[in-house]
Order: sequence, then C-alpha cells, then structure tokens
Amino acid sequence: MLDQFLYGIEAAMNGLMTGIMYSLVALGFVLIFKASGVFNYAQGVMALFGAMTLVSIQKGQIPFYHLINATFGTDIKYFGWEVPALLAILLTVCVMILFAWLVERLLLKFLINQDPVILFMATIGLAYFMEGFGDLMWGSDLKVIDMAMPALGIPGLPQGGSLFIENATSGLGTDRFFGFFIDKLDITAAIIATMLVVVLTVFSQYSKTGRALRAVADDHQAAMSVGISLRTIWVIVWSIAGVVALVAGIMWGAKSGVQFSLSLITLKALPVLMLGGFTSIPGAIIGGMIIGVGEKVFEFIVSSSWFGDAMGFTMNATENWFAYVLALIFLVFRPQGLFGEKIIERV
Amino acid sequence: MKLTKLAVIAVAATMVAGPVLAQLVFPSLSYRTGPFGANGSEVADGFADYMTLLNERDGGIGGVMTVVNECETGYSTEKGVECYEATKGSGALIYQPLSTGMAYQLIPRVTADGIPMLTTGYGRTSVANGDVFKQVFNFPVNYWNGASIAVNYMLAENDGDLSGKTIALLYHNSAYGKEPIPTLEALAEIHGFDLTLLPIDSPGQEQKSQWLQIRRERPDYALLWGWGIMNQVAIQEAANVRFPMENFMGIWWSGSENDVIPAGMAADGYKALTFHAMGTDFPMFDDLQTYVVDAGLAAGSGDNVGTVLYNRGMYGAMLAAEAVKVAQEMHGVAQIDAAMMRDGLENLVISDESMAAIGLQGFGPNFNVSCKNHGGPGLGAVAEWDATAQEWSLITGFVPSDMDVIQPLIEADSAAYAAENNIESQCS
Repeated sequence: MLDQFLYGIEAAMNGLMTGIMYSLVALGFVLIFKASGVFNYAQGVMALFGAMTLVSIQKGQIPFYHLINATFGTDIKYFGWEVPALLAILLTVCVMILFAWLVERLLLKFLINQDPVILFMATIGLAYFMEGFGDLMWGSDLKVIDMAMPALGIPGLPQGGSLFIENATSGLGTDRFFGFFIDKLDITAAIIATMLVVVLTVFSQYSKTGRALRAVADDHQAAMSVGISLRTIWVIVWSIAGVVALVAGIMWGAKSGVQFSLSLITLKALPVLMLGGFTSIPGAIIGGMIIGVGEKVFEFIVSSSWFGDAMGFTMNATENWFAYVLALIFLVFRPQGLFGEKIIERV
Repeated sequence: MKLTKLAVIAVAATMVAGPVLAQLVFPSLSYRTGPFGANGSEVADGFADYMTLLNERDGGIGGVMTVVNECETGYSTEKGVECYEATKGSGALIYQPLSTGMAYQLIPRVTADGIPMLTTGYGRTSVANGDVFKQVFNFPVNYWNGASIAVNYMLAENDGDLSGKTIALLYHNSAYGKEPIPTLEALAEIHGFDLTLLPIDSPGQEQKSQWLQIRRERPDYALLWGWGIMNQVAIQEAANVRFPMENFMGIWWSGSENDVIPAGMAADGYKALTFHAMGTDFPMFDDLQTYVVDAGLAAGSGDNVGTVLYNRGMYGAMLAAEAVKVAQEMHGVAQIDAAMMRDGLENLVISDESMAAIGLQGFGPNFNVSCKNHGGPGLGAVAEWDATAQEWSLITGFVPSDMDVIQPLIEADSAAYAAENNIESQCS
C-alpha cells in the first residue's frame, strides 16, 4: 500500500511536469487573446512551423526544394552547410517575426473592429494555409531536433529519467518501489516555462508596450483614439506568440521528432485555457498543472489493480477526455476560468 | 437528312474523343499531408517509382503502360472514400488504401463494384477467408499472423516457455490497434503468459501514464501497435524509463526509420516485425536507380529509396504488377479489367523463381493465393534496429505463425460477417 501511495505521488509529480508542457502551448493562446481578443486557432501550427524552420535552417535545407526541383528539373536539397543551434534559433526567431508581420499585413489589418468570431475564423484559415505552406517549404518528412551547443558546453536537450532523483527516493518504499521517475526534459521545460511566465508577466504588467497590449485587448477603437498603433501592437504580440510557439515546438519536438502531429498539441492546450482563463499568463501555468495532475492521478487510480478489485473494472486511456471533463467542471463554477477576467456586458 | 446529321455527329464525336489509349490504372490513395504524412509520402513514393520503373524499363506490363492515379486522403477515412468514388471510374484495377479505417469502409464498396482491394498487413484480418471476401485480399500476412510471430519469437528466446511471463501491448486505441487482441488473448491462454493491455488515444503524443505503469509493473516484453507519432514517443519513453530495448517489439507499422531515429542511440536493439526486406541490396534497385532516380523521374526526392516504408510501397506495387501478369496470361489479353485483375490476384504465385526474375529474390516470403485463402501463408520476419549503422536488418528468416490458433479466429470472424451480410460461399 505504501508503494501504491508513493506511485500515486509519482503520477502527480509527472502530471505537474506534463501540465507545464501543456502550458507552453497554452501561453501562446493567452498572449494573443489577451492583446487582441483573438482566439488563435493557428497556435499549434505555429509551433510546428517554428520547429520545422529551426531544424531545416540547422541542416541547411533549401526552402521549397521540392517545388524548385519539380519546376526546373534540378536535384537540390541542401545548401551544403550546417548552422549552429544558437544561430539557428536566432534566425528562426527572425522568421517568426517576419511571419507575424505578414499575418498583420495580409490578414489582420483587414479585420480591424470586426467581430471576434470573424477573427477566429480567419485564424482557422491561417492554420490550414500554414499546414500546407510549411510542408511545401520544408517537406513533410520527419525531422530530428538537435539542440547541442558545444561552444556553450550544452550537449543537447536532456532526455530520460533523472537518476539522481530515482536513487535518492528509491529507499522510501519496499523493494517494489523503484524511486520517483521524473523526466529531465520535463524539468528543463518547467524551468523554461517559469522563466517565460516571469518575463511575460513583467512585460505585460509593467512595460509601456505591455500596457498598450492590454488596452488594445479591451477596445480596439479606444486604444487607437489615444494614439496606440493597433497594427504595431499586433505585430509585437504575434511575434512574441511565435517565439513561445517555437519554444513549445522544440520541447514537444524533442520527444517525437518534428512532424505534422506537433500541430495537434493544440488539443492539449484547450482544457488548460478553459480552466486557467484565456487572459491570464500565470493562469495558463496553473491551469496546465491542474489538468496535468488531474489526468495523471485519475488514470493512475482507475487503471490500478486495487481499483479493479474494488470496483470490478478498470479504465485506460482516460487522459484525453478527462482533461475536458475537469475543465468543464471548473467552468460550471467559474465560467471565466480560474484566473480569467470576469466579463460584464451591459445590454 | 437525319442520317447525315447522325453521321456528322458520330464523326465529330470520334474526332473529339480520339483513340482510347490502353492503360493499366492503379489508383494510389496516398497521404502526403496530415498527421501521418511523413510515413505516407515514403509509401506513396515507393509505389509510384516501381510503376515508373516498369514503364521506363519494360514499356509497362505486357506492353501496356501503367498509370498511377494518386489521390490525397490526408489519412482521413472520409476523404479516402471520396477518393475511391472519384477514381473507381477511371479503369481502376486495384485499391491499396494503406489505412485500416479506409479498408473497413471500402470492403462493401469494392465488393459491390467488383474491384479488388489488397490490404497487405492491415485492414480487416478475416478477409483472408476468400470464401466470404471475394474482392478483398491481404496476403502474405495479417495482424494476427504478426501477433503470433511476435509471440513465437519470444517463445524461442525462452526455450519455448512463456508461463509466468508478462507481455504488455501498447496499442493505438482504434480498430487498427485492437486487431491483435483476440489472437494475443488466445495465445496467452495457450502459453500461460499474462497480457497487459495499454491503450493510447490517437495521436499518442502523451504516453507518460502508460510508461509509468510499465515502469511499475516491469513486464518481460512490450509489444507496440502504433502508427505515426505514437511510435516515436513510445520508443523515446521506453528509453526514458530504461525499458530493455531488446525486449520491445513493434508491429510492421511501428518499425520504420522514422520511428527510431528521433530516439537516437537509445533506440538501439529495438525490434519490429516485417514482411519484406529493407535496404537496396537487390538487383532491382540498380534498375530503379538508373531508370527512375537518375532519370529524374522519382516521385519524391529519391533519397528515401530502400527505407522500410519506401520498400513497403514498392512491394505493394510489385505484388499488383505480378498479379497483372497472371491476369494477362490467364485471359490472353494485355489490357485487363478489374474482374480479370481479381482473377490474377487469386491465382498469384510468388516463388523464388518469380522473385529472381524481377531482381528481388528473398525480398519477401514465397506464397500462393487461392480462392479460399486470400491471406497467404502468414509468414513474417523480425528486424532489429542498429542505431550506430542507422539501419534495420533482418534477424530471422520469414517464419510461420501459429495458424492452428489464427485460422479458427479468421473463420469465426468471417462467418459472422457472412451472416450479417447474407454472403453465400464464393468458392465452389
């Protein structure tokens, strides 16, 4: 029984870590929603596009090589050089800023003062466009992320369970308890997510641009009337969301390689947003943690033999639906989410 | 006057229509986009390149050029059915949809339309019973054979005794992933091992709970029945919890380069089932390089020739082409139709001689197809990943599965389908 209790704690700790990975995706949604009132359906595809761009730049892949080869009958794929990880990250950030600028120039500027649902529909279109554009630009083959930075002494993103934690805790239970398993990649993601939250919260609350972002979110016209450039703000916020998407893409891509399915991590971010609120940066983190712990502990309980002995049945693969059920339960009591701003509409 | 008008119309229509060109049409319901695009592209390239090779080197099959009619499905069953409906009127000879979901949806349609379908290593397993499924084939191997071959391999490693051992099955929580469960349950009863079922919801990016359970319960073996991102995450998570990679084995859809490369050296020793060889160490590939890749006619960039999934697509095309040759010989015509193609499939013989003739001796198992047996002998091999050399290699020959267990399951499932659909015996 002691072992089961300890394994329950292990499930909760892993849930916390996994929840933070969900939060990395949810953060991008919050940033754009907070600053523009737009629910950006394309956030998951932005994570995919960012990660694809990063790996392709690193490998020196020629953009649109398929198209070039098919059009001109050439047989090219790589420039013949490789780009160090740090420089590739910087170049990818530039691409994401360019992407934000293009989104504003070609999409958002035509939709100022439109109903939120129209902006939402536009991001759905953007997501589908980006899916195809990304494949056309970099190919649909699976790509492997390598974040090794020898000059800085970084061998790459850590993988695998932390032996230190396992060995330090293995004596807590009987010989059937093998110590707590915590993935080093998840620990890294948690540290990066915490840093992101701190930086973004400070930026949003205390900087002039941050205050402008919030003003734009409240009312486009009012913000413009006091001299805030709506279009500049949108470029800034989409750029920041692009960088956050890149971070999420790197962390999730490190687990599975960079491939189309990365864009589906959006599905994991939705219950986090519903629970944490669409307008709160810390809410995205707390929401992620609650969802992560909730789904992992629930799965641990209902799949265990002692639950089966007591109830006569066990359940598996509950995580996908349980996260939404948990979010819906919270919504009953707090429709704006745990940390969301209460919306009062006068009629 | 009327006759003159009719004659003019007839001449005009003939001129507009032009001569009907003889073609052998092979629709390819591919998925180069979507969540499984990385895998689907390689299979589609292999299929298309083999047909291109036949055109460029041999002038088609029996003097008739082949046409690959590709339709993008994005791995969506609905789009797959749309593609089928859109292409079936083009003279389609055979469908190979490369999706269990699509295969299930197409079984009644191909049966009604009289177009054969080949679902090698996927789809509904019991279509192996040709007495019920006249139009559908799944030779040379199916999921249930795969489950049995995996268990046989484990038996061989344990001196024929798996009693008291535990095998965990991590499966895609879908019709595809659930296919091996009845066979594994039957085999568990016979051999006395415990079977732990661990479903993973699609797409399978998050598997922490399942791997924590494996870490707690320490099964002796783990079997993986996944596709796409689920495979890459599973192999990475197995490495994370330090599950012994030599005791981790995937079905053939969980054993491509795409599945193991993201985990790096940690994937070394991972095993997977297969029904064909890997690499390019066969004479046919020399021709493929000369006539297709070097000539700039490859469907893709040409750098995936010899990968597991490329070879699988190529193998599917080869089986279809060989069936065309049989059909042409049986019916004495070069331009065959779908009904003749079905006859060709049903009388297909793959032997050392026939494989040697096309430069692929030893690439796949030898087998015969018959009216009652659309599934072939159920032979498969085990391959192992060498992370240092970055290549798969076969560690067994094409070995048999336990047909004493599988055949009754096939008969029971197909009999149920026949009863539901009022199907009479197809083989007299």
